[in-house]
Amino acid sequence: MTTVSPPAAGGGSNAGPASRPGRGGRGPARDVAGLGVGRALGFVAPALLLIGAFLVFPAIWTIYIGVTNYRLTGVEAVSPSVVGLANYTRALNDALFHNALWLTMLFVLGSAILGQNILGFALAWILRRARPAVRRTVEALTLLAWILPSTVVAYLWVAFFDRDTGTLNSILGTTGTAWLIDYPMVCLIVFNTWRGTAFSMMLYSSALQAVPPSQLESARMVGASGWQTLRDVVFPHIRGHVLTNTLLISLWTANDFSPFLLTKGGPNHESETVPVYIYNVALQGGELGYSSAISFLLLLANLLVSLVYLRLLRRRA
Amino acid sequence: MRSLRLFPAVALGATATLLLTGCLGSSGSGEQDANRNADAKKVELTIGSNSVKGGKSSAGATFTEDVLIPKFVADQKAKGVDVTVKFQGDGSDDEVYKQKLSLDLSNKSGPDLIQIDGIWVGEFAQAGYIKPLTDTVGDAAKVDGWDGWQQIPESVQQLGIFESKRYGVPGGTDGRVLYFNKKLFQQAGLPADWQPKSWEEILQAGQALKKLSGVTPIQVNGGTAMGEATTMQGVLPLLVGTGTSINVDGKWLGDTPKLRQVLDFYHQVYGSGLGDPVLQREAKGRDKSFAEFAANKIGILLESDYFWRSVVEPKAGVAKMADRDAAVGYALIPAARPGGGVKGQDFVSMSGGGATVINPNTKFPQQAWELLQFMNSAAMVKESLNGAAKITQRTDVNTEVLASDPMLNFVATKVLPITQYRPGLAEYPKISAALQQATADVVGGKSTDQAARAYQKSVETAAGGKDKVAGN
Repeated sequence: MTTVSPPAAGGGSNAGPASRPGRGGRGPARDVAGLGVGRALGFVAPALLLIGAFLVFPAIWTIYIGVTNYRLTGVEAVSPSVVGLANYTRALNDALFHNALWLTMLFVLGSAILGQNILGFALAWILRRARPAVRRTVEALTLLAWILPSTVVAYLWVAFFDRDTGTLNSILGTTGTAWLIDYPMVCLIVFNTWRGTAFSMMLYSSALQAVPPSQLESARMVGASGWQTLRDVVFPHIRGHVLTNTLLISLWTANDFSPFLLTKGGPNHESETVPVYIYNVALQGGELGYSSAISFLLLLANLLVSLVYLRLLRRRA
Repeated sequence: MRSLRLFPAVALGATATLLLTGCLGSSGSGEQDANRNADAKKVELTIGSNSVKGGKSSAGATFTEDVLIPKFVADQKAKGVDVTVKFQGDGSDDEVYKQKLSLDLSNKSGPDLIQIDGIWVGEFAQAGYIKPLTDTVGDAAKVDGWDGWQQIPESVQQLGIFESKRYGVPGGTDGRVLYFNKKLFQQAGLPADWQPKSWEEILQAGQALKKLSGVTPIQVNGGTAMGEATTMQGVLPLLVGTGTSINVDGKWLGDTPKLRQVLDFYHQVYGSGLGDPVLQREAKGRDKSFAEFAANKIGILLESDYFWRSVVEPKAGVAKMADRDAAVGYALIPAARPGGGVKGQDFVSMSGGGATVINPNTKFPQQAWELLQFMNSAAMVKESLNGAAKITQRTDVNTEVLASDPMLNFVATKVLPITQYRPGLAEYPKISAALQQATADVVGGKSTDQAARAYQKSVETAAGGKDKVAGN
């Protein structure tokens, strides 16, 4: 079965790389590898099955649960009924969901778009010319914050912020300040900036290597200031990286569940980002139907953000 | 050519639709044979419980692992059955434990014998996660004929009953009182045999304690972080003190003057420095309140006898107090004003307790029932106490052991006669969550009015309609 099927065998196979423009209509050359539909499908089938089983099916399942009143316990756990779009209209009028959306925006803006981006770039820019030993040490420490398991990290930060015996209060001499209660969102933003900066740092480090040294040299020769060099020489080269980086980290941050480990969404919903709200609704409140509806809304929001970024990227290209 | 692009989409759509037809919440493969594996010579059973050696309710876990299981195994060996019993301990918050169990049971897995809070029986039963004992064991005479039932008082049996069917064997009950630190009371010039007769007198004692530095006068659980502990050790004991309860004549409590009276009490405690509002909002607030009481930093604390047995207990407690017997005082919870409590009582309390149920999907229903009876036999219940006292489910054991512990004797003789139980209705946990949210609002600084209005809304949703809520 190593031979290429003859062209006459059916519409699905164009023999050889030279496709005939007259037959296939518009578009680029088709079936470049000469596999034929059947075998091509055979090759992609495992991947499609995996995507179908672990991505498409759960997504559709979520949509389905989202239109029912399915619960974790009680009568609706045995015989849920379809309630149409009631969950969605409820979400639109749910003050706690609005609160969660707003907090998620704050969280993404503060810790990803500003925090990780700026800190990551600053580290990459400064470390570029640092002594190798210093650079490696800083990089290792930053990476450590990124690769440690969330539970371990969360425990350390809870101890850091603790009201009675916390490290922060010992350093500042502010015994009795309950950081996680009084300033929950600020704590989460600082925490997540610390946690995720490594990715931005690494991405920008490699991106900066793409900036031609000759241009930096010229900039220095004509006496450009540091800011001018960044703005006029460096950024034009790494704009694509900035967009990609921002897309990735904002999506990760928006879907991040580690805030739960620090505050459980509390006190009184003051740090309840959307993923935490979904968890609380689903498992604390047992309302699996409603939480699925919100999950689907979060999925839509993710898709929307991705589309916008992709649009921007394409326009740039 | 087009098919190449369309096919995956069509295929995925078709697969998804096929899979979706396996619908939500299907109740499973019908009736199972209750006598499955009844004659097995090699049996494996697992006991699930929210307790763990060296942590939460350590004494119970230690007893199960070191005494109950070896004895049961030996007992069965004598009958020629090779039994392996595993203990699946947990040491988490009750809400988390419940979530884990619900997920386990909804997937038809989980331990064979499960210790649950009596208040979960309703919603678990409605979800089909647990079945009446007579269904699981198959033989009504076998279940109802167990001689242990005669030793368990009717009110305690209710903990394992839903819609007049027995789902599990209760594991004892408890009662709530006001604990106070006698050392702090002495410093504040308050009597060592303190017994407040109204809420006003609690607040007065709080004012006296406030003068001591570094002391939080009163801890009455509030807020959402403490979960059911807020309802049981806060709202409900106060509510029965106003003369009503959470469910009267089939209607749930709405935004009534009595609810507002309770919320006002929270406002008085947490709005004026008599209580620590931050503690109510912390993720681990309840554990911290225990630690603070043990460190002589809290004056008055409302808790069940669990606090005496497992928290400040000098040897195995989670917040040990070496001088517990001398330093910790206890008093009945007063009604808002004398005679103003439910049924016209001067003093009130709330009680709860757990039950052990059989997982309907166990491989060995007969052996599980045998273990359940063994666990609740007079001999085992007595041994579970290991010299300590506790209000057990069995009257015969209680009369024997309670005399040795004045505090528990106090609960058994003074508190249990005036106590109330939560309604065993499936909606209860949702109503309870709404009450917790209302206290969270007040503790967080909102007015009683705002909190009460928001509460009314959530109760209407939770109860399934306005007509099921008693408003004003």
